[in-house]
Amino acid sequence: MHPQPNEAPPLLEVQELRKWYGGPREGLFRRRSVVKAVDGVSFDIRRGEVLSLVGESGSGKSTVGRTVLRLTSPTSGRIRFAGDDITTLSRDAMRPFRQKMQLVFQDPYASLNPKMTVEDIVGAPVEIHEPGLPRAARRQRVEETLALVGLLPSHAARYPHEFSGGQRQRIGIARALIMQPQLLIADEPVSALDVSIQAQVVNLMLELKERLGLTILFISHDLAVVGHISDRIAVMYLGRLVEVAPTRALFTMPRHPYTEALLSAVPIPDPTIQRERIMLTGDMPSPLDPPSGCSFRTRCRYALPACAGAVPALREVAPGHMKACIRDDLHLAAPTGLAA
Amino acid sequence: MSASSSVAPPAAAARPARRRGGALRRFLRHRLAVFGAGVILFLTLACALGPYLLPFTDTHIDIMQRFAPPFSGAHVLGTDALGRDMLARLLMAGRISLLVGFSAMAISMVIGIAVGIVSGYYGGVVGTVLMRFVDAMLCFPSIFLLLAISALINASVSSIILLIAITSWMEVARIVEAQIRALRARDFAVAAEALGASDRRVMFRELLPNAIAPIVVAATLNVAHAILAESYISFLGYGIQPPTPSWGNMLDSAQSYLTSAPWLAILPGLAITLAVTSFNFIGDGLRDALDPRMDGR
Repeated sequence: MHPQPNEAPPLLEVQELRKWYGGPREGLFRRRSVVKAVDGVSFDIRRGEVLSLVGESGSGKSTVGRTVLRLTSPTSGRIRFAGDDITTLSRDAMRPFRQKMQLVFQDPYASLNPKMTVEDIVGAPVEIHEPGLPRAARRQRVEETLALVGLLPSHAARYPHEFSGGQRQRIGIARALIMQPQLLIADEPVSALDVSIQAQVVNLMLELKERLGLTILFISHDLAVVGHISDRIAVMYLGRLVEVAPTRALFTMPRHPYTEALLSAVPIPDPTIQRERIMLTGDMPSPLDPPSGCSFRTRCRYALPACAGAVPALREVAPGHMKACIRDDLHLAAPTGLAA
Repeated sequence: MSASSSVAPPAAAARPARRRGGALRRFLRHRLAVFGAGVILFLTLACALGPYLLPFTDTHIDIMQRFAPPFSGAHVLGTDALGRDMLARLLMAGRISLLVGFSAMAISMVIGIAVGIVSGYYGGVVGTVLMRFVDAMLCFPSIFLLLAISALINASVSSIILLIAITSWMEVARIVEAQIRALRARDFAVAAEALGASDRRVMFRELLPNAIAPIVVAATLNVAHAILAESYISFLGYGIQPPTPSWGNMLDSAQSYLTSAPWLAILPGLAITLAVTSFNFIGDGLRDALDPRMDGR
């Protein structure tokens, strides 16, 4: 994306990733229409970096995460992991990479098998990738990993339903970490949790990142959560990236009207601060029938007739700061009081 | 005949659900199901051990005592047209009928689960072809299918078991297919895939245990169905061949004496009814017991 001098090659490079659902089928009665869930997304993540992918529900951010992990195959584009192109690898060829890139799920209730004990759930990756390992050794690995995420060895024998949401998410993190992956993709890992628990889990992930040297793709719809954890933030709207910037720059000087609107929705824990709340009107347009040109123009208060013309390209407007908007004359409001 | 060894009390088949205590408690609250379990336990034990305790074997012919009515002499439940002891025959027949019931259930479960899990997991062309084959099989009324095939083959206990099994696995396949298809989309299945788990591991370790409740219920009802099916075929003369007794062929040979010696028909008829309804009650009870949502009742 943007050149990083004197840096090792990025751990993850995503180029022009597209994931279209549906597709041409001259059906018996009707033509299937195409949903462009992800439409030309490019970014990369350096080793040890936390990149957050932010957007409303339906913006395609989870699809990006799952496509990067090859849980669905991309329609086009290129995914490189540590220099290796994994875009078209078969299931078997993909298996060695699965140890190195792991996923934490949004819903800690649905993502743990209710019929398996914590030991079996957390130990499953070991069983898959090191089938010869004796049971006792596996158990020890499980207990070490449980300790890492703040659970007790005695929890290993229990079933998921005996745990609270936050504890379950710790189990999910333990499962993702037991093979010591390099890349962790966290798909809204805290949005199903109580606010009081969210901070605990986010802090745990930060701590683990430091201790284990993890690289994290953090997917979220909540800028407040993301500001705390990420080095850089990529904002997504209707299948495309609209702004990518270092966290501080994005919070202090947003360049895209959509980012501005998202920022204005972040609660500020100081009642004396007055600010303008930018309410986006209407829903996100249907990805079945996106607007021409800039897909945000239907809800953008700065939209010009020219916005309907061409899809604005993502271009660098300041070092490391990229946006996809034709209006360079805007001075967008950065909410004061936000800790970036 | 070592039929009894494969006959296990069906309650043991009820694998522990999430909370074993909860499931067991709900089952015990279902009176008819407990009654059914008791009857099946009693029938199984009686058929397994009874013949050793009786003074007569099922093939002993007491020609002086033909058509002895029940409770009239040495033969507690009377004798048949050849003077054979009805109780001994009923118990030996029970061994065959229960053996057929359980074995046919086991085989049909294996086929049904295999077909269901493969088509539910892979979906697509494989799933469509398999499930349309299931639909095609279901289109035949199974009794005609049974009779048509049994007219062609040599009837023996094992061939009857196979025959019943291959005409009764389709419902199970449908149940399993629907369950697996739904479970496959759940996050924990996606998680297993993200870990690099093999198809087999996802199918049998992750998905199947979560579908166990409806499978157990279907298995119970399948036993009832198999016992009934064996009775049909044997009653029509295509099934278990005399002198080996089964409840079905006992009914068949009782036809000619329906008015003169009604107990010849009533006793095996009663045994079939008792066994089949008991299995159905157990199935109902298990359905409620394994569904935690029924807890509030």
